[in-house]
Amino acid sequence: MDSFFSIYVWPGLIMVAQSLLLLVCLLVFIAYILLADRKIWAAVQLRRGPNVVGPFGLFQSFADLLKFVFKEPIIPAGANKGVFLLAPLVSVTLALATWAVIPLNENWVIANINVGILYVFAISSLEVYGIIMSGWASNSKYPFLGALRSAAQMVSYEVSIGFVIVTVLLCVGSLNLTDIVYAQKDGLGTMVGLPNSFLDWHWLSLFPMFVIFFISGLAETNRPPFDLPEAESELVAGYMVEYSSAPYMMLMLGEYAAILLICSLTTILFLGGWLPPLDIAVLNWVPGIIWFVLKGSFVFFLFAMVKAFVPRYRYDQLMRLGWKVFLPLSLAMVIIAAFVLKLAGWA
Amino acid sequence: MGLQAIFFYLFAFIAVASAFMVISAKNPVHSVLFLILVFFNSAGLFLLTGAEFLAMILLVVYIGAVAVLFLFVVMMLDIDFAELRSGVLQYAPVGILIGLIVAAELIVVIGGSVLTPDAARSITMPIPNPTVRTNTAALGDVLYTNYVYFFQIAGLVLLVAMIGAIVLTLRHRTNIKRQDISKQVARTPATAVEVVKVKPGQGV
Repeated sequence: MDSFFSIYVWPGLIMVAQSLLLLVCLLVFIAYILLADRKIWAAVQLRRGPNVVGPFGLFQSFADLLKFVFKEPIIPAGANKGVFLLAPLVSVTLALATWAVIPLNENWVIANINVGILYVFAISSLEVYGIIMSGWASNSKYPFLGALRSAAQMVSYEVSIGFVIVTVLLCVGSLNLTDIVYAQKDGLGTMVGLPNSFLDWHWLSLFPMFVIFFISGLAETNRPPFDLPEAESELVAGYMVEYSSAPYMMLMLGEYAAILLICSLTTILFLGGWLPPLDIAVLNWVPGIIWFVLKGSFVFFLFAMVKAFVPRYRYDQLMRLGWKVFLPLSLAMVIIAAFVLKLAGWA
Repeated sequence: MGLQAIFFYLFAFIAVASAFMVISAKNPVHSVLFLILVFFNSAGLFLLTGAEFLAMILLVVYIGAVAVLFLFVVMMLDIDFAELRSGVLQYAPVGILIGLIVAAELIVVIGGSVLTPDAARSITMPIPNPTVRTNTAALGDVLYTNYVYFFQIAGLVLLVAMIGAIVLTLRHRTNIKRQDISKQVARTPATAVEVVKVKPGQGV
């Protein structure tokens, strides 16, 4: 009985505690990311943004949460009830499940698995189901059109994201996310005599892939300028039209968790994860988690700025960009990277 | 070992139960959703045997791409459920025949491995130690060396299928307006703008 406790129960309890801690931190972070999104958008348009609840509107997201929870959930009469309620659950569960393998710092990861990046790719490719299911189950025109758009869009941009990931993997030689961060300790920066610096990270050596990944990430998470599944001027709110109160909140939560995931994935693949930007004692003393959060927030700032600046794409332009520009470009980069690595003997 | 057995029965039970639901669900969209659940649990079974790469590829390829297209097609179909139900008994003999064939094949495979446990090992590559070589790398070793021609031919088959689909659906329609990005970018003020001197009272 004693061994049963030490083999199964205790590690299980530790894992549950770790997961809960990560989940709580993540949800609080999402609340502030939402606020930041609105604040940045407002600042670009010379507005104040949310500023009533709490100092500088800091508690706005929590007020929204209470409002969502206490409102009445409305299920349309013609809706397919089971699937209608399952869709928000699927989207939020999948978006949060991916975080299990994200290393926030050295050894700060819940499941350090061999195929970490494939797991992230697999689970995020399932996120499209939340949208398709909600669009279909609503049994209404606009949600269905939104679902069709998103299915085509997410499948298209997954292709180029896949090739970007393959290029990074070629350079690293491992599918483990922690190894991918460690591999960015030496690179171009070490060659020019600035070891352990921001020049070592993949964003410089794989710059075209960094750009492609960033833009594909926008499309994959249905962010503006690629927010066609929920384009409010054409489809009202796309697949979310029929949702209200808590189910609507879960759809939003899933969306922002996915955005945050793409931000942290960009950080891990291209911006060196938790590594400090320069090999100076002062910067090395700062805990890795701080660097990780700073870099992730920077990527999110770029996401928010894009939302504020760029007008929405037309659907045929979106497809053209995905299939005719990004796919050939990323495919060519995979081949070039493989050749360079082989010929230079780095692989 | 106990925990693994519990998870095995959990995944296996859900997989079989939802496989049954795939054929018994009234609504075809529900059938596809149950099919996705079957794939998901099969990926779990792969994970239990230590084939982590195959599990993830199953998720990416079958659920992330194939099942999305299934769902896409089934959602768009205008299906009369009553008509769909009425012909079930008509096809029952064919279904039973296929079921019998699959059952016979399963018995041969399982029976073979029970009678001669070493038979499978003699025709496959030696399995590397999973603590030394991850199964992603091991699969890559085999696929890109011993079986590289088969791998390339499989790719060619897919390419031919893709070209076939494009040829079947491609039709060149005249008199529609298309956006040509290179033409738009190449426009200059000299070619795009015409300056006209308009005399008062005459118009252009």
